[in-house]
Amino acid sequence: MKWVFTYIKPLRTRILKGITVKIVGTVAELFIPFLLSYILENVIESNDVVKILVFGGLMVVCAVAACLGNIIANRMAAKTTMMFSVRMRMDLFSKTLYLSARSTDRFTIPSLESRITSDTYNVQNFVGMMQRMGIRAPILLLGGSIITLLMDNKLALVMIATLPLIFIVVYSISRMGVPLYSKVQQSVDGMVRVVREDAQGIRVIKALSKEHYESARYDKANMTLRQNETRAGTIMGAVNPVMTLLMNMGIVAVIAVSAYFVSQNQSSATTVIAFMQYFTLISMAMMSLSRMFVMFTKCAASAKRIASVMEEENELALCDDDGKGDPSVHISFENVSFSYLGKSNNLTDVSFSLKKGETLGIIGATGSGKSTILRLLMRLYDTNEGVIRIKGKDVRSYTREELTAMFGIVFQNDFLYADSIEENIRFGREITSEDIEKAAKIAQAHDFITSFSDGYAHSISTGGTNLSGGQRQRVLICRAIAGKPEILILDDSSSALDYRTDANLRKALAESLPDSTVITVAQRVSSVKNCDLILVIEEGAIIGCGKHEALMENCAEYREISDSQMGGAFLDE
Amino acid sequence: MTNKNTTPKNKTGIFIRLSRYILEQWPLFILALLLTLGSNQLSLLGPRYSGAAIDAIELEGGVDFSAVWENIGRMLGCYLISALLAYVLSVVMIRLSQRIIYKMRKQVFEKLMTLPVNFFDTHATGDIISHLSYDIDTINSTLSHDLVQILTSAYTVVGSLLFMWQISKPMILIFALTVPVSLLFTRYRSQKVRPLFRRRAKKYGELNGFAEEMLTGSRTISAYGRQDVIASRFNKINDEAMNAYYKAEYNAALLYPTINLINNISLTLVAAIGGILYMFSQNGTILASSAFFITLGGVAQFVQYSRKFAGPINEFSNILHEIQSAFSAAERVFDVLDEEPEKVDADDAKELKEVKGDVCLQNVTFGYTVDKTVLKNVSVSAKKGQTVAIVGPTGAGKTTIINLLMRFYDHQSGEIRIDGIPSISIKRADLRLAFNMVLQDTWLFCGSIYDNIVYGREDASAEEVYAAAKAAKIDAYIQRLPNGYDTVLSDDGVNISKGQKQLITIARAFLSKAPILILDEATSNVDSRTEIQIQYAMTALMENKTCFVIAHRLSTIQNADTILVVKDGTIIEQGNHDELIRQGGFYYSLYHSQFR
Repeated sequence: MKWVFTYIKPLRTRILKGITVKIVGTVAELFIPFLLSYILENVIESNDVVKILVFGGLMVVCAVAACLGNIIANRMAAKTTMMFSVRMRMDLFSKTLYLSARSTDRFTIPSLESRITSDTYNVQNFVGMMQRMGIRAPILLLGGSIITLLMDNKLALVMIATLPLIFIVVYSISRMGVPLYSKVQQSVDGMVRVVREDAQGIRVIKALSKEHYESARYDKANMTLRQNETRAGTIMGAVNPVMTLLMNMGIVAVIAVSAYFVSQNQSSATTVIAFMQYFTLISMAMMSLSRMFVMFTKCAASAKRIASVMEEENELALCDDDGKGDPSVHISFENVSFSYLGKSNNLTDVSFSLKKGETLGIIGATGSGKSTILRLLMRLYDTNEGVIRIKGKDVRSYTREELTAMFGIVFQNDFLYADSIEENIRFGREITSEDIEKAAKIAQAHDFITSFSDGYAHSISTGGTNLSGGQRQRVLICRAIAGKPEILILDDSSSALDYRTDANLRKALAESLPDSTVITVAQRVSSVKNCDLILVIEEGAIIGCGKHEALMENCAEYREISDSQMGGAFLDE
Repeated sequence: MTNKNTTPKNKTGIFIRLSRYILEQWPLFILALLLTLGSNQLSLLGPRYSGAAIDAIELEGGVDFSAVWENIGRMLGCYLISALLAYVLSVVMIRLSQRIIYKMRKQVFEKLMTLPVNFFDTHATGDIISHLSYDIDTINSTLSHDLVQILTSAYTVVGSLLFMWQISKPMILIFALTVPVSLLFTRYRSQKVRPLFRRRAKKYGELNGFAEEMLTGSRTISAYGRQDVIASRFNKINDEAMNAYYKAEYNAALLYPTINLINNISLTLVAAIGGILYMFSQNGTILASSAFFITLGGVAQFVQYSRKFAGPINEFSNILHEIQSAFSAAERVFDVLDEEPEKVDADDAKELKEVKGDVCLQNVTFGYTVDKTVLKNVSVSAKKGQTVAIVGPTGAGKTTIINLLMRFYDHQSGEIRIDGIPSISIKRADLRLAFNMVLQDTWLFCGSIYDNIVYGREDASAEEVYAAAKAAKIDAYIQRLPNGYDTVLSDDGVNISKGQKQLITIARAFLSKAPILILDEATSNVDSRTEIQIQYAMTALMENKTCFVIAHRLSTIQNADTILVVKDGTIIEQGNHDELIRQGGFYYSLYHSQFR
């Protein structure tokens, strides 16, 4: 919850101003019943019309002041709430983007998503409500307590004695509440997950007529959410009645004690009556405090979830380079082993090196660890053993900016977003339209892009669903090469291209980016056969390494793959 | 939703629909009402006993302790029971609201399942999620917090009005003046603020949509170091959403204090006019028999009741903006519920049992939008057991043919027949179950691997599932996992590659017994060694089935009974491999560019 204050701090003068205005309005508002009872008790009996009108006028003045004060204060509150949540959500979102791959895996995307949306709304609501409604109750509470103390301190102390009790009870209930609301938010994650999956897989669901199955699956998540919310609500529902009950017990105690004092002539019945009036005021204040408590509990659970993202280590830490690398070697893996889950190795003892401008092909069975090599090279994860160097320096000694500046990459099944083709290629970098067009020509994408009536301005829908698989891959390749990267990584990114287009692409790449080191992960031998170095990976280990011709001779697995593909594959275009 | 936003529904419509949900839970609702009345009544009784207790203290002859204790006992009883009732009430309310919310979510989701594929193609996933999370949450908080308050308000307002009527009829005229002003003002303001709240809900939806979209691509964004650029785009949308929030709150902030002002003015009028009337009653200007006659106690009581009367009106205007955001949220929810579902099967829609698998397309024309035709006059037929390969440049409409076969979209003209029956007159579920489909975009859900495979046919036995996994050459991999078939595939899980995912979907397809098979780049993510290994099983799968295949593997295409060469939405060539080669057309040149 502490981090919330770091966001409130820069807004504090604004908030203080707002609160001051609110206090003025509230006090003016509280004066009205005061004036009213004064008129009833003293003015009316004076039989003086002018006096009645004067006091009436005074009431109107107070009413207007209260009205203006509240309007202004509430508007200011809306403004500070807006400023608060803009910053909070902005920071959370960009923090989320900067999370390391491992952290993202651990949080899971649906959960991160509901933290950015649902949880920030909870916190925002609370911050807004605190400013609008959180002022009146404390003023009433404080004012009421002071007046009662002035009236009769012994009786007041009896009543005030109940306050710690109330505090303890409410505190312990809300302590029970926070984990319950955390659970509620977790089950929101679960529900969001199903909706997200089903929105993406609607074709499969419809094809298999699984609508009812999915409804049942959703129903489970929905039911869990309902149960958790009911449970949290059932606990938190106790706050208000318990609070009221304890307050009323205070009243009873006051009457009992006052009976004793009156009989001892230490107090009078009239004070007790007046005392009662203020007591009602105080208990009303307590009621509205209790509602805020419930809101607070909900907010605290959400704030905790947000905090756990905010506090996550941003990136993998920078390490010093050991200086043992050879700067003339562009990329080298030295005895690298790695495991995602820390159980069995996903990569074992991988070593190879590449000179600048060389090309590397990685080929191997599904799930053999090809993409893992790339992820380690880009330092999305750190190795468990061994060192990876770029230009002789340990990848762990490069800053994230330095690293990303070197790479152009197309992931397997990479992402396109709802924007124009041009923007999807530019991806927020400073790249001129000419360079984009150049890149598109290399990526064999220019022709199909210009076949759209609006060309590069053609808009792509979320996930690129309005492009075919081959078109998507070519746009992604454009994106990767438009930045003129030192290292170009193509992770199975031409699988949907027909062989001819693929071959043209390879040729254009070699001609236009002679200085770039290109790493290609592929399933087709034809995509890698011209590479300077080809790695054959099986179950996380290199089982073959060399040029095409050499591998054809020495590596049975490679030969097998190649034979299976020669003349076996056809076209798409 | 976007296509309906232009016609905002009227408020009463939404109100009635919301009330219906509440009335459906009438036993709980009535219980809640009774509890509210009971606990309020009891908490009002408490002060009466405390008055009695104080009276017993105030006696001239000293304190009557036995009377004091007796009344204190009564007070304790009242407060205890009242607290108990209040707690039961809040439990009842949470159950009531949760039942309603649960039902709404269920309805929305089930509705989503009936919507055409087009809906999902045109709406951001995050926006869809936003209906089920943010919008329904907003309704929830209003239901559970504000409903009881409104109800007790109504009770208090009517009650105090009756009392005031008894005390002084002329003074009620003050309210006859101020209450309509309040009402008109509320109406005016809420109409003004309504579009702002609607906009706010819409902007939140967009925000959620964008967040979802970008999080999906978070790996790419960080690989390119584009976090700041994307974050600044997010900020723009965030700013807009928060601005919409601010505008709505800013304008809504006017209402409550103004209503409060009006109420305070009427209170002042009551006090002043009451005082003056009292004076004239005192000096005899107003006769005791006159309706204007009033005593001092009468004035005091009238003031008390008018405060009680005004309180709920104030409160109502205070929570009105919550109610309005709930209304806007409800409107969005109802919009989804009102979306046009996939056309219901006609009453005389035919059931499709024992499908042979003859498929025939005749002059089929289709476009996703009216102005752009994607397929023109496509005709092709495939008898049971035949294979149709669809070949052509990307974006030529290959996947569209499949969308039409499965009736994800309905063709605009022409006819598609299954076993001679027009597919439009077949029950959708039956039609789709006649197809078995493996797509390029693999789809698995968060559940065990076993559940993901058995998804293809729920009544499959465990042995069949294992056999399917073996046939798809994924069994060995699964066995190696620590939890085997029970391994839960969490979304975006790291240790399962795209190829392995595709093998699981292929295993899923092996379970199906559907007579027509669609393979859309079914093995595009599988490495070729594995592909060869599953080739035999794939052949077995295709045996005796009508197959539609989009592929680039020559062997698959060469052996097809019919090859469709699709270009720019029309079939430019059609025939088997030898025929097409002989024709020397587009296919011929493609073939030779590849295998010179």
